[in-house]
Amino acid sequence: MVPPAIEISGVTRRFGSLIAVQRLSLHVEKGEIFALVGPDGAGKTTLMRLVCGALAMNEGTLRVDGLDLALQTAEVQASVGYMPQRFSLYPDLSVMENLRFYGAIFGVSRAEFGRRATTLLADFALTDFGDRLADDLSGGMKQKLALACTLIHSPSTILLDEPTAGVDPVSRREFWRILYRINAGGTTIFVSTPYMDEAERAKRVGFIARGTLLSCGTPAELKSHLTGEVVEITSRERGDVRRNLRDEPLVRSIEIFGDVLHALVPSADAAIPAMRSRLAAANVSDAVFRTIPPSLEDAFVARLQT
Amino acid sequence: MNGSAAPTIRADALTKRFGDFVAVSDVSFEIRAGEIWGFLGPNGAGKSTTIRMLCGVLSPTSGSAEVLGFDVARDPEEVKLRIGYMAQGSSLWNDLSVQEHLRFYAGLFGLAGTKREDAISHWLKRLDLYGQRARLAGTLSGGYRKRLALACTLLHEPQMVFLDEPTSGVDPLSRREFWDIIVALAEAGTTVLVTTHYLDEAEHCNDLALIYDGKIVASGTPESLKRDARNGITAEILSPDTVRVLDAIETQPFVASAGLYGSALHVCIRERDGLDRLSQFLQEHAIPVDSIAQVTPSLEDVFASLVGKR
Amino acid sequence: MNWGRVWTIAAKEFTQFFRDHRTVGATVLMPILQVILYGYLSSDIKHQPTIAWDLSQTAESRQFLDALTNSQYFSITFRAQSMRDVVRHIDDGQALAGIVIPPDYATLLHRKQQPQVMVAVDASDATAAQTALSVAEAVGTNISHTLQIQQLRLQGANIPRIGVDVRARAWYNPGLRQEVFIVPGVLALVMQFTMTFLSMSTIVRERELGTLEQLIVSPIRSSELMLGKMIPIMTIGYINVTMILLFAVFWFGVPVAGSVVFLYLTVFVFFFTTVGLGTFVSTIAKTYIQAIQLIQFFLLPSMLLSGFIFPVDAMPKVMQWLAYLVPLTYFLAIVRGIIIKGVGIDYLWPQVLMLLAFGMVVFTTAVLRFRKRID
Repeated sequence: MVPPAIEISGVTRRFGSLIAVQRLSLHVEKGEIFALVGPDGAGKTTLMRLVCGALAMNEGTLRVDGLDLALQTAEVQASVGYMPQRFSLYPDLSVMENLRFYGAIFGVSRAEFGRRATTLLADFALTDFGDRLADDLSGGMKQKLALACTLIHSPSTILLDEPTAGVDPVSRREFWRILYRINAGGTTIFVSTPYMDEAERAKRVGFIARGTLLSCGTPAELKSHLTGEVVEITSRERGDVRRNLRDEPLVRSIEIFGDVLHALVPSADAAIPAMRSRLAAANVSDAVFRTIPPSLEDAFVARLQT
Repeated sequence: MNGSAAPTIRADALTKRFGDFVAVSDVSFEIRAGEIWGFLGPNGAGKSTTIRMLCGVLSPTSGSAEVLGFDVARDPEEVKLRIGYMAQGSSLWNDLSVQEHLRFYAGLFGLAGTKREDAISHWLKRLDLYGQRARLAGTLSGGYRKRLALACTLLHEPQMVFLDEPTSGVDPLSRREFWDIIVALAEAGTTVLVTTHYLDEAEHCNDLALIYDGKIVASGTPESLKRDARNGITAEILSPDTVRVLDAIETQPFVASAGLYGSALHVCIRERDGLDRLSQFLQEHAIPVDSIAQVTPSLEDVFASLVGKR
Repeated sequence: MNWGRVWTIAAKEFTQFFRDHRTVGATVLMPILQVILYGYLSSDIKHQPTIAWDLSQTAESRQFLDALTNSQYFSITFRAQSMRDVVRHIDDGQALAGIVIPPDYATLLHRKQQPQVMVAVDASDATAAQTALSVAEAVGTNISHTLQIQQLRLQGANIPRIGVDVRARAWYNPGLRQEVFIVPGVLALVMQFTMTFLSMSTIVRERELGTLEQLIVSPIRSSELMLGKMIPIMTIGYINVTMILLFAVFWFGVPVAGSVVFLYLTVFVFFFTTVGLGTFVSTIAKTYIQAIQLIQFFLLPSMLLSGFIFPVDAMPKVMQWLAYLVPLTYFLAIVRGIIIKGVGIDYLWPQVLMLLAFGMVVFTTAVLRFRKRID
């Protein structure tokens, strides 16, 4: 049997009295895209750093491709690519020089580097910018260059810590296409993201909060774990609707969701009439109710609130 | 309030050049009192530069701007007294505590005594910072840093606030809290200019403007932008292999833009009969598809079709 | 000017300063460390370890060596048995000087011929070597004079004990103590270094952090911001001055001859130059590292030119002109004047005036440039 790409078992990391990661176990299968989602300070970055060996853990074991990180650190690090949240490109080096630097660090041979760099630059549409200084690239292009640097030594697994935070939607779409392409080439991707629509694109998703894994599964599985139903409410007076329904006992939570509201209720059949009468009493008459399949964000919010 | 329809902000042909580079080119718009005005666009399109000109941090190369009735170039100090600005990057002192930050800003804006303490404790509680008040800003996580920056911006009850990516790096749950506050501010009469990369957030805005390459390329309410016929029709494709579909259709002339949308694929098509041509094309090339349906475009689709293929 | 806002800035700066224990430590310890280092290192020209190879082994040769020891500049720490001994000790750095007295020293003296004493000095430290050589020469001359007189007397000549008794008097510093000279120099140097550095870093750091932009959007005026930042820096400056003076008086026993109040006033004048310079650099530099490099460009030459190490009067003409373009030169003259000579404004007004002029020019330029950066 093929060992998982990443196997985290009972890992704990403390910073003084703060427990950043607490007896956390999860595994990432070979060749999958696994997305880690959680609030700020949940321990996402700490977990990433533990997996790439940048931080030492206090307890537990970590295996990458079956190799024990604690015992075979060098081998593990050679097969892993890590892109931290603020990836350190050298702004005063050109695109090619940045790549060459990271290639040299990982001991990529000259011939291999040539092949690899050409492919990566072509795949990332950066071929024409080889001589440009990293500082002069746009935000989306910097992100792509950082990813290229992470991939220069052909790692079998890459760890990406919020790679698209602060990137505009179009660049994000493009970035994810590249991720899919890399993944199709066999690379395992372990990515953290604050964007729920991105998590939706992953094969499996882990919800993390306060250093522990809350739940883990495919997006469909996670949504099915949600007990209760989601009612979508369309109204011009979103704020009023939310205020009036927040105290309704049959509504577990109600949140604005783009241009509509999502109410999480134990049963739609019971809750919709109750909500309707409340809104009528508050003179909100344009509300339209519809039961919808839950989104990943619904599942996440519900899981966090329990 | 003079109660008239005088806009809170009037930008008139604002232009900013840095050397040869035109960061903002001939940008004009108006923002009415009490509205949430969303400013969208890719990184480097000119959003922050425009905001900086409106706040009096940068002087425009040409054009003018009026904020709360004052000319920014002539009376920058009058403007600065009445606005709140939350910059995109970090703007905190790592070696000062949460409470010290708030005291500092209170001092800058002349709040003192019980007024100061009331304002500080109000925002500490409202932004869930009370438990963190003695912590140094340098030890806070990204989301809490944003909370603190927002508290510092709102402490002196500005009539107009500029929020440059207030929610970037903030988790989904906290983002909702932020937007609760923003909506409440607007309802209380504060005018809000906000930029964001989360287009679901942009739906909260009364008005939107999309900036690209320093020029405003589209503006209007979220609904009108989505309805705008010029943006064509949007199809949602579900497929076991979305990337393959994407690779195949992307280069087709009838496709205006295509991209991953969650786990699905959204395709913008300019022509009316585009949907038929799309299904025909996929059938001809034997690309497996679970379903194709026309959907209301999301703001992200609008954004992509305006910006993506240029 | 809104003093509430000025105080808000000052209070923040104080909080940040005292929060960083390392900065506090460095700011407090550096002046003391400098005084100790300069004070002790430079007074060490006395009691130089010396190796003597006395081949004569006579009362006469011992007299010569005693005279060397009595000068306090030499202390005969080693006795050599061979020339190799002498060379080795000097090579090793164990001895600074080697004295070789020839076997015929006493004999030659009695024959009224000139014996040659060899004095070898390790001249890697030119100052110490120069001092040692001149002292040795003086000792030699002195001895031969005494001997000549003795000889003449023995020959029956009547030499009255009159004549000119030349005594060099070192004014202001009768003990020729290096500490007395060094303390005011260190005071001026520390002032320049600390003040320039602090004012530079507080602004560059704010720019790097992104907080400067936030301040620019607030109602604060640039003059209020500058003033708010200057108050803590001046306070720290005065703490430094006071510490150095206390240390000088109670540790080294160096008295302050002139008026302390006048000294503190001139320190205030000097602030404008240093804070202005720091601010000016911070408007040019984009990053902290850049600022440090830029400031070194100024600090190092100004230390060399100011007369702290080499006396300005002894410099070549061109260097002297350059020295007069360095504000530290004037401040150094003022501080030395007050502490060592005890003179006041009646003597020092030209230097104070020059310093004031420098301060105004540098400070105004800095404020103007700073305002430009805000726009």
